[in-house]
Amino acid sequence: MMPPKLVTLTIDSQVITVPEGMLVVDAARKAGVDIPVFCYHPKMEPVGMCRMCLVEVGRPVMDRTTGQPVLEPDGTPRLGFGPKLETACTTPVSEGMVIITSSPKVKSAQRDVLEFLLTSHPLDCPVCDKGGECPLQNLTMRFGPGESRFEYSDKKHLAKHVPLGELIYLDRERCIQCARCTRFAHEVVDDPVIGFYQRGRSLEIQTHSTPGFDSIFSGNTTDICPVGALTTVDFHFGARPWEMKYAASICNHCPVGCNLTINVRREARSGGKNVIKRIMPRQNEQVNETWICDKGRMVYQYTESPHRLVMPLVRKNGELVETDWEDALKLAAEKLHNPLVLAGGRLSNEDLFNLARLASEQQGRAILYSAMAGGDLVRQVGVGTGTNLKDMGRGDAILVVASDLHQEAPLWWLRVKQAAQRGATLIVLGGRETRLETYATYVIRHPYGSAAETLAKFLPGSDLSSQDCSISCEMVSAFANAANAMIFFGSDGLDYAGSEAVARVAADLLVKTGHAGRTNNGLVPVWQHGNTQGAWELGFQPSADLAADLKNAASVLIAAADPAGDDPRLAEALDSAGFVVVQELFLTETARRADVVFPAEAFTEREGTYTSGKRRVQRFYPATPPIPGVRPDFTITAQLGRKMGVDLEGRAAALVLQRIAETIPAFAGITYARLAEVVPQDPMVGRSKLYYGGTGYDNQQGLGVQLAPAAETGAEVVIPAPGVRAARSDETLRVVGINRLYDHGVLMMHSTLLHQRLAPNAVWMHPDLAARFGLQEGQVITVDVDGRLLERVVHLDDGMPQAVALAVR
Amino acid sequence: MTEYHLLRHRSIPGIDNLEVYLANGGFEAFRKAITTMQPVDVLNEVKNSGLRGRGGAGFPTGVKWGFLPTNLMPHYVVANADESEPGTFKDREIMESNPFQFLEGLMIASYAVLANLSYVYLRGEFWGIARWLDEKIADLEKAGLLGENILGTGYSLHLHTHLGAGAYICGEETALLESLEGKLGQPRLRPPFPAVYGLFGKPTVINNVETLTNVPLIIRNGTSWFRQFGTDKSPGIKIFSLSGRVKNPGNYELPLGTTFRELIYTHGGGIIDDGQIKAIMPAGASSTLIKADDAALDTPMDYESVAAIGSQLGSASVIVLDETVNMTDMVNETVHFFKHESCGKCTPCREGTYWMAQITHRLAHGGGLPEDIELLGSVARQIQNKCLCALGEFSIMAVLSALQLFPEDFSGKVSPIVEQEVQS
Repeated sequence: MMPPKLVTLTIDSQVITVPEGMLVVDAARKAGVDIPVFCYHPKMEPVGMCRMCLVEVGRPVMDRTTGQPVLEPDGTPRLGFGPKLETACTTPVSEGMVIITSSPKVKSAQRDVLEFLLTSHPLDCPVCDKGGECPLQNLTMRFGPGESRFEYSDKKHLAKHVPLGELIYLDRERCIQCARCTRFAHEVVDDPVIGFYQRGRSLEIQTHSTPGFDSIFSGNTTDICPVGALTTVDFHFGARPWEMKYAASICNHCPVGCNLTINVRREARSGGKNVIKRIMPRQNEQVNETWICDKGRMVYQYTESPHRLVMPLVRKNGELVETDWEDALKLAAEKLHNPLVLAGGRLSNEDLFNLARLASEQQGRAILYSAMAGGDLVRQVGVGTGTNLKDMGRGDAILVVASDLHQEAPLWWLRVKQAAQRGATLIVLGGRETRLETYATYVIRHPYGSAAETLAKFLPGSDLSSQDCSISCEMVSAFANAANAMIFFGSDGLDYAGSEAVARVAADLLVKTGHAGRTNNGLVPVWQHGNTQGAWELGFQPSADLAADLKNAASVLIAAADPAGDDPRLAEALDSAGFVVVQELFLTETARRADVVFPAEAFTEREGTYTSGKRRVQRFYPATPPIPGVRPDFTITAQLGRKMGVDLEGRAAALVLQRIAETIPAFAGITYARLAEVVPQDPMVGRSKLYYGGTGYDNQQGLGVQLAPAAETGAEVVIPAPGVRAARSDETLRVVGINRLYDHGVLMMHSTLLHQRLAPNAVWMHPDLAARFGLQEGQVITVDVDGRLLERVVHLDDGMPQAVALAVR
Repeated sequence: MTEYHLLRHRSIPGIDNLEVYLANGGFEAFRKAITTMQPVDVLNEVKNSGLRGRGGAGFPTGVKWGFLPTNLMPHYVVANADESEPGTFKDREIMESNPFQFLEGLMIASYAVLANLSYVYLRGEFWGIARWLDEKIADLEKAGLLGENILGTGYSLHLHTHLGAGAYICGEETALLESLEGKLGQPRLRPPFPAVYGLFGKPTVINNVETLTNVPLIIRNGTSWFRQFGTDKSPGIKIFSLSGRVKNPGNYELPLGTTFRELIYTHGGGIIDDGQIKAIMPAGASSTLIKADDAALDTPMDYESVAAIGSQLGSASVIVLDETVNMTDMVNETVHFFKHESCGKCTPCREGTYWMAQITHRLAHGGGLPEDIELLGSVARQIQNKCLCALGEFSIMAVLSALQLFPEDFSGKVSPIVEQEVQS
């Protein structure tokens, strides 16, 4: 890549050199000068609307005949200053430019613009959520007039509590028409569901989608709104910013691993408890930049539910009764022999390590509660260190197979889309239409059940000549010849065997085309939970037949999984199992069937680390003290282990990670200290807090460390063949599972705010398919989805594939 | 002027009929251009003529055409028929009564810049005229003057009309393009300029209706013919829309350089009831007021001369004010206009025009205080030089000039300061 041309300019007597094309406002920031802005945001195209960033711009006067700069008698270039001030956010730097940001003329302009903005802006600060973290407040204090000359009775009165959907409130009086929200919705996340209506002073934001503001990223607009016009219903009137403590955390809903800031306040009205008031994004340019999706933002209430387990339970005379830890641990240790350890993907690395060690030391089995394969392949050919989707563009390729990224990993959807917009070749293989396809260079639709075969056509030497082959040589070479290539694989419509086949073909394809073991190359799994990759790394693997395994198990230890609640067949199997010990947050269906239940800490109450789908290990910190009575999963397992003669670390998560680093080669050298390291990020969002008034974005607690895949370290890479799968008969109705962001998982159910947006408990099918099996709209049927039995309502939709029905998992 | 060149319907009835237009030299220029001239020659002819944009900015038309990069296609020409400046009603008369000369100009312009698809953007209120033009365009297609391979030259051209939705700001060329693209009618950032990044991101020429109506004359009759009228820097004929307190308001086709006196008194019949003239607004509501003394009245109406006395010729929408007009009321009208029409994109215009409107309303209707006069000027100066487009900048011209030239009008309208009893 050619180095960018550099430009030297002067900003307030400071001479700096920056790449050509940089905007004056960004160059100034680099020079330590924070030019005030409202409408400008470093992640969106500048619009020059608010006029707050007006500065004096002088350019060297050029002699028209010689093309040389005209010089003053003292040899310095003559400068021509425009008659008007110019907006720093829309002016790119040029050689020899001189910018003045604090002359009387500029100060007067800044004061004038603020006086204008404040003419009808209400004096709501005492009751406005934004007060204390408000750029308008901050800039008024620094640059604005102390008094307004505007006649109070002329003030424009507007609606103050307009719901834009049920998640976001708009206060029209506070809005300063900066358009950050509409530009974010249209430009960044392609959800043009809000927009300006009317004109002049009557410009107002409206939403015209049903439900209102129908976007899974809507909460981000409340972060970037420079005033208190947009607020989330979740945080509305929640707390004052200076009352809250800020904790760094990591979202565990999906494998992106977005960095979060959790704001907590200790409040009298909750009986002196520390209450989570809101969740915001924390800047990590390699993971989620400055955004999070609404699920990560608004689904945390389960951690504070009154239904949380707070005491160990043991079964006495057929009933679960509360007991103390010592008794419960003793009983469990006695009865667990060669345990089948079943763990879910939300546990931290530390929890999973201890569980896996317990299983192996006790000659048991470590089973991952997941119906998706491929984690072992990701260990080998996952993305290389230094990978950053932001660096991918023209010349690179991204292939997405069997995944609806928008629903399963929103921030990957966003960043892959942006890579495609920068020119990367985007190839989407799917059995049904998904949102990412709008941006795809190539869309390959294949019948459900043939994902692996279709993907295999990309392998070198494939025969593309058949009539049904929807893949062209052009597509194959676009992938093979890309400078860098990534494959995202999911579980859309795939059972375990199906995902295994797809993962193997994908890994093989990456190796054969030279796209493994390097930065921005590799295999990315779209798991259904945040730390599923961690589970694979630490020794867990799904079972091919979990029901059989459970049924035949003499003792079972289950953590962060609810098989009985998900599938009646698994519930039955669990009933037949021997001794069952469960580590859980709630009394789930699984816990109800247990012999011993240990109450576990939620991630908000403790430390730990997660491994994202891109194998980035990230650290989360406690936001609230644990509720009395609970212990972290790794501690419970360690205490159990101690009683069983297994040496496990249970005192602190950092110590467990130390053991992981000593035991698991991929984790060598990873420490809590290293995970807490930060480097300055670009764009700079801290300091003068111009882009967000609060400290939410500021990441001082760690950027995480990416694990190197085996292919990068030079270790041997072994990709097993995909294997032949039995043909499916057409006799029975085939239902494939798909994932939706707002599903009916246990944790979602505590977030009542999102209940209107939950995916319906439906099975969608084409009318022809329904007719073939004599099914009608609205009929409730039980369907087998990837081995699970689910009760679903029939919905007919002629956009559905002809051969299969789709059901949300 | 005994012979009409732009408002030809005034000497040739029925010229809105294609047969009549053709019988009177119609489309000779277009034929000449596409059958005997290269596009660049057409462009140079218009450049040499010195024709300047008639929409208000007065930018040399041929020079503007020359800005389009030839390596970026397609090119578009958009005729700006948004005519919304208060006091301007010339384009309307052209389109209603001499539509073919306008369309011919648009067609020649399209050829000159290698455009195959051109638009007429009309203000929303002109839906009748748009339908009328659609009929004329259909006539031209039927006659083989529009469509594919016109007259066997290989040149193809299609025209479409497009209606706005009632916003003055959509007469601003980049807001016009936004509206034409189906988006919110707000101006774009410049640079880049429409010549490089215009309609749908492609090089585009936007010309006023009257400007285009001059083009067939230049191509048919030549540069020297065109330059016989007007002045050296402002050649040609202009339609002056005269309105206000004159006996004979209306459109007058006169050479550039005609004096205000001639327009107002010889053609306009002088002031109603033979009253005393007070001020002239030569560019509609966007004008800097001219105090109507003898020097002003004898000023020639061309771009340079009017600029020299501190005002602008603009689109030559000459509004005449007499002694019966109190400037407070006049300013209230113009400010309300701009407040209503402000698109709201930039802070100074959006908030400032609203604020000025509150003040001028009070001043005009009683309830204004002496400090309001000071405040009005201050707010106007606060808006100045900060706006994203010309609307905000022009919204203050009448305000500042009225305050400066006729301060007694304002002070005469405010309530005297009431002495307050001081409690002893």
